Amino acid sequence: MIDIGLGHYLTLSAIIFTIGIIGIFLNRKNIIVILMSIELILLAVNINLVAFSIFLNDLSGQIFTLFILTVAAAEAAIGLAIIVVYYRNSSTIRVEEINSLKG
Amino acid sequence: MLAHAIFFYIFSFIAIVSAIMVTVSKNTVHSVFFLILDFISISCLFIMIGAEFLGMIMLIVYVGAVAVLFLFVVMMLNVAQQKNQWFSARESSKHIPIGLIISVIIFFELIIVIGGWKYKPDLMPAVSLTMDKEISNTHALGNILYTDYIHIFQLSGMVLLVAMIGAIVLTFRQRSGVKRQSYFSQISRERSDAVEIINVESNKGVKFDD
Repeated sequence: MIDIGLGHYLTLSAIIFTIGIIGIFLNRKNIIVILMSIELILLAVNINLVAFSIFLNDLSGQIFTLFILTVAAAEAAIGLAIIVVYYRNSSTIRVEEINSLKG
Repeated sequence: MLAHAIFFYIFSFIAIVSAIMVTVSKNTVHSVFFLILDFISISCLFIMIGAEFLGMIMLIVYVGAVAVLFLFVVMMLNVAQQKNQWFSARESSKHIPIGLIISVIIFFELIIVIGGWKYKPDLMPAVSLTMDKEISNTHALGNILYTDYIHIFQLSGMVLLVAMIGAIVLTFRQRSGVKRQSYFSQISRERSDAVEIINVESNKGVKFDD
């Protein structure tokens, strides 16, 4: 309990990952919250990589975290741009009302 | 060691609670604020564990760029206040049990993986890039990033460039009926288009044919 090891960090990242997945599944408000849940999932992955990197004394995990940060920023920018365009066209981004692919 | 444990529990508690609040809070602006709190507490954990460069980069990139971008879009789209309750819509509530079941299964799978990791200590010596204790974390990262990973580093720059161009192209629109300044036609204007020198005879006017 007192001795913080790798397992503690992995458990923390598992909890945050699961919260992100719950946020994607159960979200009924708007797509922006789903994008935020994706950011939470990427954060959990980053915690995993950094914890392994520190506890295994190996720097490549932190390098990978750096690249994940890059991709997460790019993904957020593109996703928000798509949301802005969708809102401009259909004036809603509520999850229930986005059904134009339903056929 | 005790201080390490106490700080770990404080930061991870704040991180988990704010992650829950991101998903359940009714106001989207509050969700963004809790996302910022989550990022800050996780980057405190990173700094505490010894990855101080990544902690600082995470503060700059996530809090300074991504969360502010989220906040900007939320305020621009005017979707902050959602009047409906979280579980209110009858249409959607049939997704809730199956979503919860899948999430719980994923969580237990992750816990099983972590438990298995505990009993497999022979993976420990498989290290490729050992850390040097003499130099700082930032120095070590720079030593590797600009030598071994330079091509991937350049590629991540390309990813950012493509994302920037894509975001601009997606949100760019040309409205009709708006008068704009056209630099090209301004610059490419010739003197002969604008000015004409005419010898005007006395007692007669000038007739333009335009």
